[in-house]
Amino acid sequence: MEKLVNQFELGLFFWQMLIFIGLILLLRKFAWKPILDSVNNREEGIRNALSSAEKAREEMVALQAKNEETLQQARMERDAMLKEAREIKEKMIADAKADAATEGAKMIEQAKAAINAEKNAAMAEMKAQVSSLSLEIAEKLLKEELSNKESQIKLVDKMLADAKLN
Amino acid sequence: MVFSRKSLTIIASLFITALSFAGIAQHEEHATAASTEEAHATATEAESHEAHAEPTDAKGKIKAFINHHVLDSHDFTLFSDEEAGTHFGFPLPVILVDEGFHVFSSSKFNHGESVAESNGKYYAINHHDGKVYRTDAQGTFTHDEKGHTTNIHPLDLSITKSVLSILIAAILMFWLFTSLAKSYGKNNGIATGIGRFFEPLVVFIRDEIAIPNIGVKYHRKYMGYLLTIFFFILFLNLFGLTPLGINVTGNIAITFSLAILTFLITTLTAKKDYWAHMFWMPGVPKPMRIVLAPIELLGAIIKPFSLMIRLYANMLAGHIVLMSIIGLMFIFKSWLGSSLSFGLAFVLSILEILVAFLQAYIFTMLSALYFGMAVEEHHHDDAHH
Repeated sequence: MEKLVNQFELGLFFWQMLIFIGLILLLRKFAWKPILDSVNNREEGIRNALSSAEKAREEMVALQAKNEETLQQARMERDAMLKEAREIKEKMIADAKADAATEGAKMIEQAKAAINAEKNAAMAEMKAQVSSLSLEIAEKLLKEELSNKESQIKLVDKMLADAKLN
Repeated sequence: MVFSRKSLTIIASLFITALSFAGIAQHEEHATAASTEEAHATATEAESHEAHAEPTDAKGKIKAFINHHVLDSHDFTLFSDEEAGTHFGFPLPVILVDEGFHVFSSSKFNHGESVAESNGKYYAINHHDGKVYRTDAQGTFTHDEKGHTTNIHPLDLSITKSVLSILIAAILMFWLFTSLAKSYGKNNGIATGIGRFFEPLVVFIRDEIAIPNIGVKYHRKYMGYLLTIFFFILFLNLFGLTPLGINVTGNIAITFSLAILTFLITTLTAKKDYWAHMFWMPGVPKPMRIVLAPIELLGAIIKPFSLMIRLYANMLAGHIVLMSIIGLMFIFKSWLGSSLSFGLAFVLSILEILVAFLQAYIFTMLSALYFGMAVEEHHHDDAHH
């Protein structure tokens, strides 16, 4: 302890205090303050950048979700439209089929009526011809019978052969 | 230990290399041993006739050299040639306050061998403590029965080796940190240049020393002091490890001034709670408070005192041990002993670098702890101790 006190030199203590306090004051003003401010600013900047990056990421995620939703909606709409179109198509086909059927039936009906009318007309004509032919045959038969028996039979055969051709 | 395996391997390999070199040197040494012994004996005899009773044997010389080295010096001696009696270095100004100012160059002392005359007064350097005393024209020192010098010791404001080292450290720090501060502005907030190396240390002191001990609220107020004291001690500790032979942080006047500043700042910035805890401890019975008050008061003085002694003792011990081991090399004069000393000195030097950082850290850390105590705000509803 005594050695310590002996070693203590007031002059050195004076210079040390003078230089050291001066150094503290100078460094505080010209070095530590700007250094700490810059470091703080930089850290603040990094923190802000990180938080804004996080925000951007969140926004991105939200945007993606929204896109997905829109896409889903579009897909649903498309499906609905397709379904509708299919339904319309089927309806159209069914309608066309029904129309065609009725038209066909009507045409058949008309054709049938026409055929009947033709048949009736033909029958009537045939009837008239048959009757006139019968009358002619009868007339000729009567005429032949009156002249020759043999020739009368011959005539009848010939007439019949004619009639067969008709 | 904090040494990594890799560094230990490097040290071991260096050590082995040193051993092999020593082995080669051994043969030559044997041949010349006898002649050097004789020469040495004659040299010591011749020296012993000199006026001042300097130790003549190797051990005594080394002891004297170490003692001289750890003390402050009035001139900056880089190395000396003992046989020729010449010193290489430069003198420093001596400023004495003894009934007026006495300013002269330390070359007048002729490395402590002459008596300097200034304005009709005579001064000489005492070899025991390295201090300047007023003497008569012959430079005689008087001693009391305990061996203390009784000559008048004037106020010595000389620019000694320590003062010069402090000045150099201060200028270096100022240049380094102002350039670091300026580099932020130039480079958009990112440090450049040599100061960049120190930026992590600055951030470390803020984040690991100041904020945990003082708190976010008040730490900014103390940052200037903590940063200055950390780098000041660190730089001077590291200066001490250079071959320049500077021992500033191992000087009691320096550590005393640093400790007293910590004490003053603690005391002057202390809040109400600090004083309440010192003189009227809350949460304990009244008679105990009376007992506790002097203990707490004593504690407040012991804290900076321990700061002072810790730094002083660590740095001084480091210097003495390191120099003693280096000195052993010259005492052993054998290949095994000298190379062992060399290896030991090498390892110790590396340890001293660690100590340089550690002591700067501890001083700053404890200062921050005391500042933290001074500004702490207690909530008295919870139980104390």
